[in-house]
Amino acid sequence: MCLAIPMRLIEIAGVTGVAEVDGVTRAVRLDLLPEVVLGDYVLIHAGLAIARVDAAHAEETLTFLRSLADEVY
Amino acid sequence: MKFIDEFRDQALVQDLARRLAALAAFTENPATVMEVCGTHTMAAARFGLKSLLPPAVGLISGPGCPVCVTDQSDLDAFLALGAEPGVVLVSFGDMLRVPGTHTSLEGLRAQGAEVRVVYSPLDAVELARQTPKKHLVFFGVGFETTMPATALAIQTAARYGLDNFSVCCVHKTMPAALKALLSSGDVRVSGLLCPGHVTTIIGTAAYDFIPAEFGLPCAVAGFEPVDMLLGIESILRQMKEGKACVDNVYTRAVSLPANPKARELLAEVFAPDDAFWRGLGVIPGSGVRIREPYARFDARARFPQVWERLTPPPPSPCRCGEVLRGVMRPVDCPLFAGICTPAQPLGPCMVSTEGACAAAYRYER
Ligand code: SF4
Repeated sequence: MCLAIPMRLIEIAGVTGVAEVDGVTRAVRLDLLPEVVLGDYVLIHAGLAIARVDAAHAEETLTFLRSLADEVY
Repeated sequence: MKFIDEFRDQALVQDLARRLAALAAFTENPATVMEVCGTHTMAAARFGLKSLLPPAVGLISGPGCPVCVTDQSDLDAFLALGAEPGVVLVSFGDMLRVPGTHTSLEGLRAQGAEVRVVYSPLDAVELARQTPKKHLVFFGVGFETTMPATALAIQTAARYGLDNFSVCCVHKTMPAALKALLSSGDVRVSGLLCPGHVTTIIGTAAYDFIPAEFGLPCAVAGFEPVDMLLGIESILRQMKEGKACVDNVYTRAVSLPANPKARELLAEVFAPDDAFWRGLGVIPGSGVRIREPYARFDARARFPQVWERLTPPPPSPCRCGEVLRGVMRPVDCPLFAGICTPAQPLGPCMVSTEGACAAAYRYER
């Protein structure tokens, strides 16, 4: 039940916004994340954005993992 | 989907599985990792993670399925509210089929009661605005991930001046339950995979007591296969190095401190309270009640007669309690897959898609 999925913010008006994923849009509340800007990915749970997805951190994790993949076992 | 597909990448998953196997060679005793969160339980089953883990590493489910830990008496109270004149029950879909002592929400609906399903508590407020002649009671179930949405709904109802909306509040907080569970002594785990989405709200520091007081490694992880394997790797590595800390492998969403806005919001609407957990009993300070300024949105204050009439539920043969404490595997329940199936569930662990019994039934038989 704590599932939250990353959606892209395509509209912001104060504490409300619209988020989109795979062509599906829904109204979301942004009260917890005053720092978000248009185009940000946010995790949506029960109509509320609970966290901003940090693209730089995501890429860092993936780059790190891919670099390890080249290691010999 | 962005930020999902990359973390399901088969090549990365296979690499991680290989590294885990090499890493696990240090331990003679099997390492048991508890995935605290029901969403982790479901993801582990769905992606077949257990088959990717080395034999020396086991995964057990913890108390993190909010549907499953909702106490029978709390569910009975909510169901009883449905008999009050003019009351419409509003719930997340996950709760519909959970059997109460006499019936379920689905059963009530079949008998003609008005039961509405919503995706967000804010939708329940909207329903209340549209139906001023009815009183809508929302079943506030869930951990810290869900609590801010309920708090916002209550604030929103207050702003609209609604008098026909209230919450039957059985929200629970994760750290207090983990503390009770680990203190009980009957749970044998080597480390904990901590719930990523709860942690976006409460921050990683909320688990600091686990390594400090219990010497157990923790890893806060997301819900894709790569995330979970990274978390398990972190726990094994900590074990190997003989240390214990709260590692965060979900840095794209989680940071050390709590979300300041969420903290403010929760403190304004809720006060800490004791809560009843199925299988764990009363855990002091592990729940919340609605604060005085918002008392008219508290179903318990609005309909005290319902709670006065409530009788304690009779004992049930269901062993969800042991499953939730991680002391019994679903397949070891004598009723599993025989008398108790997803079509005819006896307990919430078989009803909820995130329940350990339902996950074991669907993916591990
Ligand atoms: S298999 Fe059914 S009866 Fe047994 S613990 Fe799970 S839900 Fe309860």
